[in-house]
Amino acid sequence: MTTTSTAAPAATATTSTLDLAGVSRWYGNVVAVNDVSMSLGPGVTGLLGPNGAGKTTLLHMMAGFLTPSRGQVTLDGRPTWRNPEVYRLLGLVSEREAVHSFLTAYEFVLATAKLHKLPDPQAAARRAIDLVEMADAQDRRIGTYSKGMRQRTRVAAALVHDPQVLLLDEPFNGMDPRQRLHMMELLHSLGDAGRTILFSSHILEEVEQVSGTVQVMVAGRLAASGDFRTIRRLMTNRPHVFAIRSTDDRALAVALMAETSVSGVELGRDGLTVRAGDYGAFTRMLPKVALARGIRVQQLVPEDESLESVFSYLVEA
Amino acid sequence: MSTVSWITVRGLFGRRRFLLLLPLPVLLVGLAVLSRGLGVAPADWGPPVLVGLGLAVVLPVVALIVGTGVLGAEIDDGTVVHVLTTPLPRWQIVLPKLAVAAGATAVTVAVPLFAAGLLADSVRLGVALAVAASVGALAYTALFVAASLLTRRPVLLGLVYVLIWEGLLSNVVTGTRVLSIQHYVIALADRLAPTNLLSTTVSVSVAAVMTSLIIIGATFLSIDRLRSFSVAGETS
Repeated sequence: MTTTSTAAPAATATTSTLDLAGVSRWYGNVVAVNDVSMSLGPGVTGLLGPNGAGKTTLLHMMAGFLTPSRGQVTLDGRPTWRNPEVYRLLGLVSEREAVHSFLTAYEFVLATAKLHKLPDPQAAARRAIDLVEMADAQDRRIGTYSKGMRQRTRVAAALVHDPQVLLLDEPFNGMDPRQRLHMMELLHSLGDAGRTILFSSHILEEVEQVSGTVQVMVAGRLAASGDFRTIRRLMTNRPHVFAIRSTDDRALAVALMAETSVSGVELGRDGLTVRAGDYGAFTRMLPKVALARGIRVQQLVPEDESLESVFSYLVEA
Repeated sequence: MSTVSWITVRGLFGRRRFLLLLPLPVLLVGLAVLSRGLGVAPADWGPPVLVGLGLAVVLPVVALIVGTGVLGAEIDDGTVVHVLTTPLPRWQIVLPKLAVAAGATAVTVAVPLFAAGLLADSVRLGVALAVAASVGALAYTALFVAASLLTRRPVLLGLVYVLIWEGLLSNVVTGTRVLSIQHYVIALADRLAPTNLLSTTVSVSVAAVMTSLIIIGATFLSIDRLRSFSVAGETS
């Protein structure tokens, strides 16, 4: 997909930094975002977290569409809240799939360019549409588009003024694999050109493919932040929890405690809860131990394989 | 035409709810033509048709549909975010939208009221009704645009104002007429073309001052609310 790299904007001398200082947001008694501080500079950053972690609330505060209950969000030192001037530097692609369906993609992007009072709105609109590969369908009404095409049109509108900072809320939702790949390449090239790109996702693999830097949110808090590979290792090396039922739980508990891969055993009424440091070593060891003692394992269930538990482990780490 | 006006016009006339604007003005003119044709005395059909239907129902209901449509509909479906993520000062968003809303309402209401006024009395009454209704259109739409920024249910709030406050209370408790756009419009029209067909207890000066206050106050409120526009957050 060579069009992406050729159409991408050239690196500019100026870069922008988005800073969050002790930002919290609550709705009544519910805390959606809890004391988050981060500084986003040039390059692509993934905002990772399970659904309901507060990613969208955080993005809305970054984009000036929500006031923090506490703390401050600034773009190059200026607050984003009640300050339309920040939109000269900032573009937003919200998760909500809302577009003026009665306009064509070209009309929509051109209107956005005019709202930004760009010197040559027609050229800017064409450039942005080329960037997302929507030139072929640009004269059809948006109402006739697929979900992925609508998403790309919204990205074109957000990019029409060539912003320094681009915020995208779940940008890969509803895209087919080819569109997904193209969007990933586009984000990469924008990041390489010195833009500050932040996109949210609840899918680990998406973030892995696009960004080297991640901010992980769990239950409103910033659980981890930094290089993706380090965090990924932290996630895979976490203790695994298994629920086991056998013909003799007590004897099995004693035997398992002797093993180095096991870090804890709890004997309950419904069986054992075992914590193991190494997933592979534990699952290979268990049948041997049971066989040697003549114990039959009736059930072995890994308890924390959901993404939520991976995330929540990071909070505790 | 500014880009905001252009998008607003496309949005207003591109939606089906635009068709809701048509039946009421047609009914107004139809009743006036019918009454005149049947030879009913203007003193008998004038007040119920001109005021009871024209100023008390057609004007506020059309203003409600249009006024909540220009901004409220965009807030409802989320498209307002596209206009708001631009560096436009917020007054440059509110004023064109208000102008489109007031203009569309004025044209939809003033034309049938002119015709009905003409049939009931004279060209002068027709013009007076059209002018007063246009001023009323601006006041009502300013109020309903502000309502769409103050509540997620602006149509409901607008209906409560039009039906309960203006329709019910101001007929029973005359003091509430001081806060009724309908009575300002009647006072203005009666001043422009004095007849026996229009009557209110609100003086012209009160009507003029209050109308100006509502238009200016509601517009400033809208601009300020739009500056602090918040997107609804995650609920989970």
